[in-house]
Amino acid sequence: MSEIDIAVMIAGMALINLAIRWPVYLFADHVRFPPIIERALAFVPVTVLTAIVVPMVLYPTDGGEIQLTWRNPYLIGAIVAAIVSWRWHKLMPTILIGMAVFFAARWALGV
Amino acid sequence: MTTKMKTDRTIGSEIGRGLLATLPVMISAFPFGLIFGALGIAKGLSPLAVMCMSLFVFSGSAQFIAILLLGTGSGLGVIWLATLILNLRHLLYAATLVDHVRHLNQIWRFTLSAWLTDETFAVMERRYRVEGDAPHAHWYYLTSCLGMYLNWGFWTFIGIVLGTQYEGIEKWGLEFAMVVTFIGIVMPALRARPYWVAAIVAAVVATLGHALPFKLGLMLGALAGIGAGLALQEIKRRNAASDVV
Repeated sequence: MSEIDIAVMIAGMALINLAIRWPVYLFADHVRFPPIIERALAFVPVTVLTAIVVPMVLYPTDGGEIQLTWRNPYLIGAIVAAIVSWRWHKLMPTILIGMAVFFAARWALGV
Repeated sequence: MTTKMKTDRTIGSEIGRGLLATLPVMISAFPFGLIFGALGIAKGLSPLAVMCMSLFVFSGSAQFIAILLLGTGSGLGVIWLATLILNLRHLLYAATLVDHVRHLNQIWRFTLSAWLTDETFAVMERRYRVEGDAPHAHWYYLTSCLGMYLNWGFWTFIGIVLGTQYEGIEKWGLEFAMVVTFIGIVMPALRARPYWVAAIVAAVVATLGHALPFKLGLMLGALAGIGAGLALQEIKRRNAASDVV
């Protein structure tokens, strides 16, 4: 693609993002969700973030096989991070310990 | 018990606490900015184009998909469609937070929506849930947005600079930072059984659907999880209501 095409692509992506993110706030005065929807929205953080992360962990190589084994450093790091987070509810230690275990597992397994 | 004190927080205090709350997710996003910058250069984009994507698109997942699709020779239509489907989750984010921005003027609302990311959403959802709203809470929100934006732009730039020198930086596993961060956000939010069920259903469906185009598995997983969690919660509510009677 030429530089012009790339510029058009970027402008289009920026507009699409805005078209998704802006309207709910823009029309906030007229948007009131029924209680059942409000209760459904309470599940958004745990479901969306989980749906992002779990496939990343189980399929560390894009297009590869599922890796539900202890030889998968992503899985080991994720399990340790989940335990640390569940036990202490602290974000920073979860990130640091999870990363440390991940890199240690990668090094130990030689993958 | 300290509700009174919280509602009296100054703008400065909201800004400081917003920055503090966003710092961990900024740290976890930096490898992504770095990898994006390096990968963009490796795929043959100009430094200006890579930088402009981070500054104007400001959506990590969509930016990565766009670069991958460019590499496979996809047209603009496909890239735009991927952006649209991939970022539909922001509709859910906005709907979740809208009650807390409704009283703001349109300039604030525009700013806070255009700058909303996964990370800022997670930070703000937690803040409103745990501490409730406050007169200056939008400064907390704005600080979180600004922190993520500057962080993203800065690390993209560093990635562009390093990109030509460290080939294969995207294979170092740095992106695992996002995995542990999101885990650290999700686990404390699993506060009752319906939330566990919602998360597990979301995980299973997203994993089964991971090969679908445009990361549709992500959206399907989220919707299935929301449905399952809500259904269980409604059943519990009805049972609780009939017990009282």
